[in-house]
Amino acid sequence: MKVKPNNYIALEFLSRSANEGFARAAVAAFAAQLDPTLDELGDVKTAVSEAVTNAIVHAYPDELGKISLRASIFDGNVLELVIRDWGCGIPDVEKAREPLYTTGGEERSGMGFTIMESFMDTLVVRSKPDKGTVVTMKRRIAQRSGRK
Amino acid sequence: MEVTSTTNGRALTLALRGELDHHAARETVTAIERALEAGLPMHLVLDFGGVTFMDSSGIAVAMRARRRMAALGGAVALVNVPAQAKKVFDAAGIAVNTEGNT
Repeated sequence: MKVKPNNYIALEFLSRSANEGFARAAVAAFAAQLDPTLDELGDVKTAVSEAVTNAIVHAYPDELGKISLRASIFDGNVLELVIRDWGCGIPDVEKAREPLYTTGGEERSGMGFTIMESFMDTLVVRSKPDKGTVVTMKRRIAQRSGRK
Repeated sequence: MEVTSTTNGRALTLALRGELDHHAARETVTAIERALEAGLPMHLVLDFGGVTFMDSSGIAVAMRARRRMAALGGAVALVNVPAQAKKVFDAAGIAVNTEGNT
């Protein structure tokens, strides 16, 4: 049975790089209700930035396309982020997840998936060539004493 | 991203201010390369004190500056790196000086 979130937001935007900052800010504002530390918020924003940038750079290299972002909160202070595109897909997901691997040239470091993986608790990447990619990440925000 | 240049002999300091993501990376690289071509420094200091957010695009910017400085026979120091950006550099194994510890 699929567990329903306690709260969620859903966004859809064009694959313009100007929207990277918008996506980060929107998720940060939504996640604020979990009362994260600055460190936790920084990790979440960085992971969002990497996933959205991947979609902009790699999913739609020669055109503009649609990106959707859904942020959900589940029991236990778990924040789930799902970033989806309908672009060219990743032919070899395992290869793409290797540190320093990039097809983005000198402007990219090849560290995007490595950072998503190390900054979030879980990372699942599903992709089909010419169909698109879905990146699902989860991070539990610590509940500290004195918080509701 | 705003890049402010200060020269002291053959040492060049470039202070970065703003969010360093993929959107800002290209103009940042262009500003750094223009400053390197104009000053031909032996020592480049990239001051991250004004960087309010950085993702892996910042790694690519720093690596590119390192390659350009290596071609000039010089070196690069990354200083005043805030905690969030340091964590990103740490993930790539890049050594930095943290904020307030130059």
